[in-house]
Amino acid sequence: MNFLKNFFEKTEPYVQKGAKYHWLNSVHDGFFTFLFVPKKTSKSGTHIHDFIDMKRTMSIVVLALIPSLLFGMYNVGYQHFKVIGELASTGFFDIFLYGFLKVLPVVIVSYGVGLGIEFVFAQIRGHEINEGFLVSGMLIPLVMPIETPLWMIAIATAFAVIFGKEVFGGTGMNIWNPALLARAFLFFAYPAQMSGNSVWYSFSENAQTIDGFTGATPMAEAAAGNITYTVSDAFFGFIPGSIGETSTLAILLGAVVLLVTGIGNWKIMFSTVAGGLFMGILLNIFAGSQGLSEEAATFFGIPFWHHMVLGGFMFGAVFMATDPVSAAQTQKGKWIYGFLIGVLAILIRVLNPAYPEGMMLAILLMNTFAPLIDHYVVQGHIKRRMKRAKVAA
Amino acid sequence: MIKMSEVIKLRKGLNIKLKGGAEKALEKLPVPATVALKPTDFPGLTPKLSVKPGHKVKAGDALFYDKYHPEILYTAPLGGEVKSVNRGERRKILEVVVEVDKDAGEAAFKKGDPKKLSADEIKEQLLKSGLWPFIRQRPYGIIPSPDKKPRAIFVSTFDTAPLAADNSFVLENQMETFQKGIDALSKLTEGDVHLGVNGDSPFAGVKNVKTHQFSGPHPAGNVGVQIHHVSPVIRGEVVWTVNVQDVLFIGRLFENGKVDFTRVFALAGSEVEKPKYYQTVLGAPVASVTDGRLKKADYKQRIISGNVLTGTRVKPQNYLGFYDTLVSIIPEGDEYELLGWATPGVDKFSASKTFLSKLFPKKEYELNANLHGGERAFVLTDQYDKVMPMDILPVFLMKAIMANDIDKMEQLGIYEVIEEDVALCEFVCTSKIKWQDNLRNGINTMIKELG
Repeated sequence: MNFLKNFFEKTEPYVQKGAKYHWLNSVHDGFFTFLFVPKKTSKSGTHIHDFIDMKRTMSIVVLALIPSLLFGMYNVGYQHFKVIGELASTGFFDIFLYGFLKVLPVVIVSYGVGLGIEFVFAQIRGHEINEGFLVSGMLIPLVMPIETPLWMIAIATAFAVIFGKEVFGGTGMNIWNPALLARAFLFFAYPAQMSGNSVWYSFSENAQTIDGFTGATPMAEAAAGNITYTVSDAFFGFIPGSIGETSTLAILLGAVVLLVTGIGNWKIMFSTVAGGLFMGILLNIFAGSQGLSEEAATFFGIPFWHHMVLGGFMFGAVFMATDPVSAAQTQKGKWIYGFLIGVLAILIRVLNPAYPEGMMLAILLMNTFAPLIDHYVVQGHIKRRMKRAKVAA
Repeated sequence: MIKMSEVIKLRKGLNIKLKGGAEKALEKLPVPATVALKPTDFPGLTPKLSVKPGHKVKAGDALFYDKYHPEILYTAPLGGEVKSVNRGERRKILEVVVEVDKDAGEAAFKKGDPKKLSADEIKEQLLKSGLWPFIRQRPYGIIPSPDKKPRAIFVSTFDTAPLAADNSFVLENQMETFQKGIDALSKLTEGDVHLGVNGDSPFAGVKNVKTHQFSGPHPAGNVGVQIHHVSPVIRGEVVWTVNVQDVLFIGRLFENGKVDFTRVFALAGSEVEKPKYYQTVLGAPVASVTDGRLKKADYKQRIISGNVLTGTRVKPQNYLGFYDTLVSIIPEGDEYELLGWATPGVDKFSASKTFLSKLFPKKEYELNANLHGGERAFVLTDQYDKVMPMDILPVFLMKAIMANDIDKMEQLGIYEVIEEDVALCEFVCTSKIKWQDNLRNGINTMIKELG
């Protein structure tokens, strides 16, 4: 690999400020530092530094997303062959290959557009390329329905990177989770395409479908009063839904990676789940109350823990709510933040007829309120410090 | 009567186990050819020279003084002829070098039991002999004004920093002198002298003090952490801190009636052939301690006066720092590493749990000065709390400093911390943010705005 190092070292002078290819500086630096950890040593402050850096951190999150991605690919194929009635006659690899070929372009578009914008902004701003998009670029495909047109993915990614992140100053400064912003953008900008029953399955329009096929997700069905899923299917992920969100098992594998490495915050995951269960139980209690329509009563009445394996709840709790930048940053704040996400997600999911899934909106809402939660926690901290100062005086 | 309070157990923090800890063996070095004082060792000091090159000085004669407090003198560790005043950019004084002459003699000071002397006599003697600068105050970690009495004085008797010198070894057979120094200090405050000790340390027997037991990982030995847990510093008041070996200087001054800046350094680190202790004098040349004692290497080595978290990078032709009792030597590490961020990392020490090294908690590491990554904005905000054993929100304090928000800095506890207290935050920082530099900038702002 010495020739690569030599190549990058030799080309370095040509991309400096004022040199011929100065506009390639960020790109050069981005690839160089990706391949080689820089030789820069400490000039002041501590002489030794922890080996962890942003690249390692972000790559561990990407690693944690791999099970969801692989299963998502398989499930896309699985749902496809199930709908056209050929599931029994198709082999495992054909199923996976179908999904793989369907999902890969989405991943490529997301990374291509996002990293492209990231490189341009890094160049304009004169800073190094932020690794944050390595994660966002993987999250965006995973929260999209499979039949989302690629151009929509491209627009949503661009929107999320520019208006969700760069206008605030880049990774670390953003208020909302960029990947969720991409999803929300599509949800509100293209409601017809994004919330119908045609986006969750991948098949051509004139294909034969099995009898009774509606195209709806189990959650949309549940909101309409029909329970169409089995818990084991929902847990393992053999239900329609956004690419990466269906398999609770794959998500939990990712959660294990995040928790063992300490990259994902367990307090947020735990309290989000607690909040969801709490709201689920509350709804169960009121399921029998008078004045509820029949559909609502059914949805109210599904066992509270089913909410954990349905829709995007677990995916949001593990990968989205825990985003350290947009989450609350005080320890107490994290408990409150996570709990409210859980409560709001189930509340919106069950009670609001316009939005069959509440996780996205719940997290974005709590992203917005995270600084406020932190503000009150910090004020409490300051008050305690001041009180102690008075006692000491 | 010794008052032993219960053990204060600290759970937050991080012990960084480095290769090359000093063996408990002491070698006495010959008197160095030159010694120097470095005004840059004192944050915020504006030095005025008392001597010119060619002047003869005795040990304990002033080399320079504080422009705004001319009574605070900085004196020659050994007698001889002032050889040079080395300056840096904008004629900033970097070093005042004295060529040592064994026959130059020592300046004479009052001898006597500090218990029988008045506070003013002791203060006067410390100022004249150049021992005053060994006292530092909190807030800010600067040399205190002689006009203000401290609420209390704190001495930490143990150092938990990587490779740190073991004070109970260094002070063997010198506990009486240490006691004399403590007696002198206790006259200077109306409050108490507080001693932070760990385990069964010889310091537990020191009289005329309040002893506090601490246990836990670094920074449990930092005096700032100990103050925080005994009685935190608040706005408008001042406490003093003195290092253990510097208390000895004070003790010797009153025992002998002259200055004796003999000091023991630990020479340690993975690049040292035989890490152990050396006795020399304050302000000795770096080379006099390190020459011929490093491992032969075909890569660059970094010499640090002090520990690897807070020390100053020095070259062999420089001089050792005023407050330092350790010389650490580590590899420079100015080399590229192919896909370094993606390796399993059995040899990579990390406070995080993202490297396999976490499976070997007892292992010692050879760490170099590489940053191991690029500088970024704050992203991960959890890691700092785990190494900050004080009731302080490190990220919020640092953000207040970066935003230059004086009210918030005060409310969030800038009076309680100096560089060494946030050094671990800087070590663990994924974003490679310069915590110590930023904190000093914040402190300078506070001094400028509030005085």
